[in-house]
Amino acid sequence: MNPHPDLTVGVIHGLGWLYLLLFFLNLGWTVRSYKVDGQYESLMGIKHAPKALVWAAYSALLLIVTLVHFAVESDASNFKLRLPEFIKNPADAVIANPISFFCLSIVIYAAIILLRKWWVKPTVSWVLFNLSVLFITVSMTDYDFRKIVGKPDNVPIVGMLFLVGFTTWLYFSKANENDRRIAEGLPVREKELSDQVLVWPDLVYTEMICMILITALLIVWGVALQAPLEEPASAVKTPNPSKAPWYFLGLQEMLVYFDPWMAGVVLPSVILVGLMAIPYIDFNTKGNGYYTFNERKFAISTFLFGFMPLWTGMIVLGTFIRGPNWNMFGLYEYWDAHKLEVLNNVNLSDYFWLSFLELPLPKPDPQAGFFSQAGSILLREWTGILVILFYLFAIPPLLAVTIFKKFFVKMGFVRFMVLANLFLFMASLPLKMVLRWVFNLKYIVSIPEWVFNI
Amino acid sequence: MSVTEYIRKSQIWRSIFRHPAPYDRRNRAVVILTNFFLHLHPVSAKKGGIALSYTWCMGGITFFLFLVETLTGVLLMFYYRPTLEWAFTDIRALRDVNTLGIMREIHRWGAHAMVITVWLHMYRVFLTGSYKPPREFNWVIGVLLLVLTLLLSFTGYLLPWDQLAIWAITVGSNMARATPFLGHEGPGFQLLNVGGFDLITNASDARFLLLGARTVGEETLNRFYILHCVAIPIVVSGLIAVHFWRVRKDGGISQPL
Repeated sequence: MNPHPDLTVGVIHGLGWLYLLLFFLNLGWTVRSYKVDGQYESLMGIKHAPKALVWAAYSALLLIVTLVHFAVESDASNFKLRLPEFIKNPADAVIANPISFFCLSIVIYAAIILLRKWWVKPTVSWVLFNLSVLFITVSMTDYDFRKIVGKPDNVPIVGMLFLVGFTTWLYFSKANENDRRIAEGLPVREKELSDQVLVWPDLVYTEMICMILITALLIVWGVALQAPLEEPASAVKTPNPSKAPWYFLGLQEMLVYFDPWMAGVVLPSVILVGLMAIPYIDFNTKGNGYYTFNERKFAISTFLFGFMPLWTGMIVLGTFIRGPNWNMFGLYEYWDAHKLEVLNNVNLSDYFWLSFLELPLPKPDPQAGFFSQAGSILLREWTGILVILFYLFAIPPLLAVTIFKKFFVKMGFVRFMVLANLFLFMASLPLKMVLRWVFNLKYIVSIPEWVFNI
Repeated sequence: MSVTEYIRKSQIWRSIFRHPAPYDRRNRAVVILTNFFLHLHPVSAKKGGIALSYTWCMGGITFFLFLVETLTGVLLMFYYRPTLEWAFTDIRALRDVNTLGIMREIHRWGAHAMVITVWLHMYRVFLTGSYKPPREFNWVIGVLLLVLTLLLSFTGYLLPWDQLAIWAITVGSNMARATPFLGHEGPGFQLLNVGGFDLITNASDARFLLLGARTVGEETLNRFYILHCVAIPIVVSGLIAVHFWRVRKDGGISQPL
């Protein structure tokens, strides 16, 4: 099934501009490489060739690709430089599956931290940047990718991903440098720049230039992309999918795993309270006012886990991958409203009563009094309630006497309990995801009579 | 005497700027102290503290975007009527008819950008450990400002009154009806009843408070318009003032102790 209109000349020319931009960036990089990177000792028989040669060749290739794009004047459907079809299906299969998507985001998160010395190296990070831009430009030749990523409201998300990547790179390169200095007993880099300078001109000029650049950016952006305006509002025509604004799509994604009262009210509140509590539970006095990783491993790793796979990753998932009926679609996949996904989710109480004891579920009698009903509900759900009570009340003390013993001693009872509970709430989302994928678990505690499902 | 010199020495100029131009060290300090807009800054700062690679300028950009949103927002208010009859057509006219229609684009993209820069500002403050004592409370105010930024964007999302708008708000506000105790589909709402009558119904719960109606309708448009243009900006302005004040009082831009 291929209901797609194909490439147009306009799109190809647009991609030509992107390649031209990438060409100029790499031209600059070639010059930098010539000045900084030195020479190959021996490259296929050629001795002392500057490393910049590779970049020069790559830039030349980009220029050729640019010209090829600009040369297209008609017959865009025969354009050959496009993402090959045989890549699309495997890529879609990885992306459109919640398990592999989440595993991929965890792998990226782990790699960012574990390989922090390697990936921030100038050449490595430049290659990564090039790959990410090429991924987008090549993918743009696919109709479905273009349709979802090129949507005006989604463009800022792509920009955000690059900004998050850049700022993370900036952080780790500075933190690595400071960690090295600390290990050698030297003062951190920020400490060396501690002489006072006058705010006029050193700061106000920076601010001024920032304001001018942002104004220019907004005007260019406003001219280039029109703000979306769809059909007039209609309360009877429900779009499929109906999505919240993009910055809330992480929360909407949680609805897959939790009921609205958890995903929409309790967990967002816990996120906010947790963020506000950070300064009061972080007892580590090191790392105040300078970039470091080694001195704050736990705090930084936890924050990055919340910010990258959970928050940013789920916004990407909700925006680009969730399609009609909230099914997952690959980036190159047509949003088919008739795509079927078999959902057969089972409650923990079903597992206990039906599968394990092979008995029918205890049914509360709707005519009976409150206590009789509550009794049979508790009897039905006691396994799940026990699990939740164990999770919330037994795990924190267990953590306190085992792996978090040092924390407990330093933090005291109240602060440790706050930390442990915030931690458990944060972990509840990935845990629920894994339980869903492995056991098809729907609810741990399911009390529809009281609209109370966990 | 050159023209600029003549202007600088005139009574009008000197009544506005109460000091000579900031060409020497003394006047560069004085200009910060005597100018209302510049006095947010200290006279001097540590070189490492104001380095762009350290601060990323994200907080400043967020504030600037807030100003841009205020300016373009006021201009848009001249062209926009928050009623079912006019809301959509007014926005369409901004696109098709009005010369200053690009204000809407700048307003919308600026809003998206502001959400992103707030996150990146928070990211930077976390990574430099700048929330640690003595700046704990300013971090809390920052989290509140983050929430309000999201709410500003959320309330503004409804105003174009197109399909994108009402369904995004419908999906977003549906959560409120699941609020424990206070939403008519939330756990425990049955507990709030008097003599067998539920206090929490679809016409009295948290979602109704937000929407002003059972579904997203004209009351919601009016409610979100007021929240977006008046109520939240006032609160945000107040908190921004406190946030900036506390930056100065808590020891300026963070630096190694």
